[in-house]
Amino acid sequence: MKEVDARGFSCPMPVIMVQKEVKAGAPDELDVLVDEKCAVENVTRFAESQGYTVTWEEKDDEYAVHLRK
Amino acid sequence: MAGQAAGKKKRERGKNVKKNWFANNWLILVTGVVIGIAAVVLGANGNPGNMGFCIACFLRDTAGALGLHRAEVVQYFRPEIAGIIAGALIAAVAPKEFKGRGGSSPVLRFVLGAFVMIGALMFLGCPLRMVIRIGGGDGNALVGLVGFIVGILVGVVFLKKGFTLGRAYKEGAGEAAALPVVYILLFVLCLAVPALFFFSEKGPGSLRAPIILALIAGLVVGVLCQRSRMCMVGGIRNAVMFKDFGLVAGFLAVIVTVLVGNLIIGKFNPGFTGQPVAHNDGLWNFLGTALMGWASVLLGGCPLRQLILTGQGESDSAVTVLGMLVGAAFCHNFKLASSGDGPTGNGKIAVIIGFVVVLIISLLYTRKAAKES
Repeated sequence: MKEVDARGFSCPMPVIMVQKEVKAGAPDELDVLVDEKCAVENVTRFAESQGYTVTWEEKDDEYAVHLRK
Repeated sequence: MAGQAAGKKKRERGKNVKKNWFANNWLILVTGVVIGIAAVVLGANGNPGNMGFCIACFLRDTAGALGLHRAEVVQYFRPEIAGIIAGALIAAVAPKEFKGRGGSSPVLRFVLGAFVMIGALMFLGCPLRMVIRIGGGDGNALVGLVGFIVGILVGVVFLKKGFTLGRAYKEGAGEAAALPVVYILLFVLCLAVPALFFFSEKGPGSLRAPIILALIAGLVVGVLCQRSRMCMVGGIRNAVMFKDFGLVAGFLAVIVTVLVGNLIIGKFNPGFTGQPVAHNDGLWNFLGTALMGWASVLLGGCPLRQLILTGQGESDSAVTVLGMLVGAAFCHNFKLASSGDGPTGNGKIAVIIGFVVVLIISLLYTRKAAKES
């Protein structure tokens, strides 16, 4: 499964990184690592607009956002 | 029959999207309306005309109050700024969003912050004051809006090509709290021993809403902006890059609310001349806001957003705010800031230097990103 490590990047970078993956072939499953809540919200909004179902979990001040089709 | 069913399904989907849009964006709309109301109330209670809020002008006044510049007409420790930072801090604690984070090219952020201020003081307002001026009928602010959008679009081109100032890293609570605590303590010191600070007796710095009103307005706006992620630059950027119109709706909500408020209290004054704390040199209004928009996109947010992120512990934003404070001091020490009479020669040179510097940073950090990937 593809994984995007966007930890340390502020918005809009995490969304741009996800957008790049989606444009490159729209994988059915994509995990995105971020470290701020705002990035979770922005990635979720963008992924949902692209038809993904999104769940996320928090661990040690970081977030794993799961995008599934 | 099948066509009818499909049509119905489509209509229902459209309805759901609409419903979801409001469910997702109600807070940003509320934030825009509250900022608009606060701006009109502060303006009606003593703040300068069309300046209920202006992050650039208020940081400039605060730089003056601290004696970083000696322009006697723009010196006042604005309670709104202290309120916004404190409000963001308070709002960030409960959802555990207050955390130390930074180290993404801090010196470049300082420089970009200074040039955001130089662009803002060429135009005479940050993006927030730009929309407040539009709501007051100031046509020059519409020229400014065009420049602002052009600046953002240029920045977006670099973002799409891979521009980044690099990753930030976890930092300790001390680094996170340093600027919010120092700023709030300085404000308390200003209340306790005002003689230590500079206060304008005439000019925009002498026009002030009551301290308690300004502080409460700042706190409320700080809390709401932290929760809603309000950002004037982010609104236009997200609309262009991701077709996400949430933040830009907040931007429009401020304009509409200020417009309605000014109509109600009889302060709507459409036109280009005789506007409060504004000049009508279209070219330099355009260039000032273009510089501000471009540099702000590279920084990831407008001056208001930088204050909010400072309040929630982002040291990169704290450094940007310090850059804006020092930039404001430069503006008045070297006569870069415009006045109601228009821009200055030095200010024009500084804005051109700003474009060169921002272009160099954009090019250097886009190439670097491309190589790394």
